[in-house]
Amino acid sequence: MTAGKLRIGYIPLVDAAALIVAADLGFTAAENLDVELVREVSWSNVRDKLNIGLFDAAHLLAPVAVASSLGIGHVRVPIVAPFNLGLNGNAITVSPRLFAALESRAEGDVADPRVSAQALARVVEERKSRDAEPLTFGMTFPFSHHNYQLRYWMAAGGIDPDEDVRLVVLPPPYMVESLTNGHVDGFCVGAPWNSVAVDAGIGRILHFGCEIQSRVTEKVFAVRERWAADHPETLAALIRALAAAASFTEAPENLATVSAAIASRLGVTPELVGRALTGNLKIAPDGQVRATSRYLMIGRNGAARPDLIQAAWIYAQIVRWGQAPLSEESLMLAQAVFRPDLYDAAVGGSPPAGPGEPGDGIGAFIGPAFVPTDIAGHLAAWRAKRSGRARLSVVR
Amino acid sequence: MAETRKGSDASSPGSQPQGGQRDSSLKIAIVDESPIRAAILEDGLREAGFTQVQRIAETHNLLVRIYAMDPDVILIDLESPSRDMLEQMFQMSRSVKRPVAMFVDQSDTASIQAAVDAGVSAYIVGGLKKERITSILDLCISRFNAFHRLQTELDQAKDALDERKVIDRAKGVLMKAKKFTEEEAYALMRKTAMNENKKIVDIAQSVLTAAELFK
Repeated sequence: MTAGKLRIGYIPLVDAAALIVAADLGFTAAENLDVELVREVSWSNVRDKLNIGLFDAAHLLAPVAVASSLGIGHVRVPIVAPFNLGLNGNAITVSPRLFAALESRAEGDVADPRVSAQALARVVEERKSRDAEPLTFGMTFPFSHHNYQLRYWMAAGGIDPDEDVRLVVLPPPYMVESLTNGHVDGFCVGAPWNSVAVDAGIGRILHFGCEIQSRVTEKVFAVRERWAADHPETLAALIRALAAAASFTEAPENLATVSAAIASRLGVTPELVGRALTGNLKIAPDGQVRATSRYLMIGRNGAARPDLIQAAWIYAQIVRWGQAPLSEESLMLAQAVFRPDLYDAAVGGSPPAGPGEPGDGIGAFIGPAFVPTDIAGHLAAWRAKRSGRARLSVVR
Repeated sequence: MAETRKGSDASSPGSQPQGGQRDSSLKIAIVDESPIRAAILEDGLREAGFTQVQRIAETHNLLVRIYAMDPDVILIDLESPSRDMLEQMFQMSRSVKRPVAMFVDQSDTASIQAAVDAGVSAYIVGGLKKERITSILDLCISRFNAFHRLQTELDQAKDALDERKVIDRAKGVLMKAKKFTEEEAYALMRKTAMNENKKIVDIAQSVLTAAELFK
């Protein structure tokens, strides 16, 4: 069955790179696909338009794909994700004022998330003791790694993210403005918004997402399960085009071309896009740079291949933060979203992730290694940790 | 709030056979940054007998404002990025007085598709029956479409005005260059347009471009 013109929704973020490059630099055309990228303003719109068929496919938050398939938070529509558009790519940015507060209370280097989480807990306790308003943090969507990474980090310091701070959903373009006028004290968001805040002199990147967890599936290329079944050849061609685009995006010699293509879709400068793609990010208004090869991974180290461990990890976060109860059936539904089989069939297999990748597939900065078959154990370990909170406040 | 809703079941001004029960006491929040469209929507809802309609223009602290207003129905423009903020309500039900649900259920794909096509997004709060929102949603869709038509007409009027300007300027060029009267200038352009099977504005544009080149 031919699909005709394909309408694919996306949010203007750097991690739509493979999709933008595929459509705008000829990779979908090479597969004889007629693709129209449709820019959207909210994840709710992307999800709804994908769900009801106004989009054939979409650039989607991986946790939204899982939530949609589980029917939590919204209508249940089974989604499949045969291609990862990006791993990692987020950062936690805080106001200069909060950064100064964290530094003054840090027992060690505040660049270490274990240290910063403890420092944050002290700031939170102090505010509580003088009846000050709780700190407010922005994140992009209830089902997002932005939400989960903020919570993971905070909880590591003994903070209850539901009680001790305020987490508010903010559309990415509003993040910087909200930090400027003090509506939030910090946020977790994808590129290029952290860099925009740093350049504006109103934010300081505290942690990269990859410092919280070394490897998480941030965005997926999502289609309805039904659509995938009805259009197997079109889908395979799309996966091939995306895989070729991802390789092209990752090749250092293409940086200028790729940055320019993405920048024109996002309405920012290519330089800003280049920072996220190369992992060389200015983290402070004074020009300090932090570099990593893990900031945003598009195609390297097996990044594009769907990974069932990631599905289990996302489901574990959904359960941990009370968005859904734990059940074996839901775990299976969550894992059914990620389709390495479709990926392998389309591109003819993938090289293994290779050295340097975390042993448990996630690489969280603290806590036990993740065992996808033992989510209950993972949650229990954190519950035990949480009960240590009372002790922390007494010590303080 | 629960009492209001119970009481309102009895009174249904302007009720129609189709589209379920009209309910004057339903509190409806409109989240829309476009004041004109919000006004159109608000008027329509009032005409239909909904008296408690309130517009929220400012998106800062959207959730706080919504909690304070405590609406039964929230209507939001699909082009508003603030829509994602509303999604958080589904996740924060314990901090809201009642649980929140989206009105669309599995069987409702057609109605949501129509709504999304028109650019409307609606959420209901609490256990409101689907039939009771259908009439509101239908009204919103027609009002959104009316707004869209208005916008299109406005754009067309603006285009027409722009075309007039181009043609007038081209007439001026011809009058000066060929010592034509205004009528002769227009007649020449119209004849050329007919011969070349083009719109008169395209010919006028060519005249202007040529004049620019010969400057």
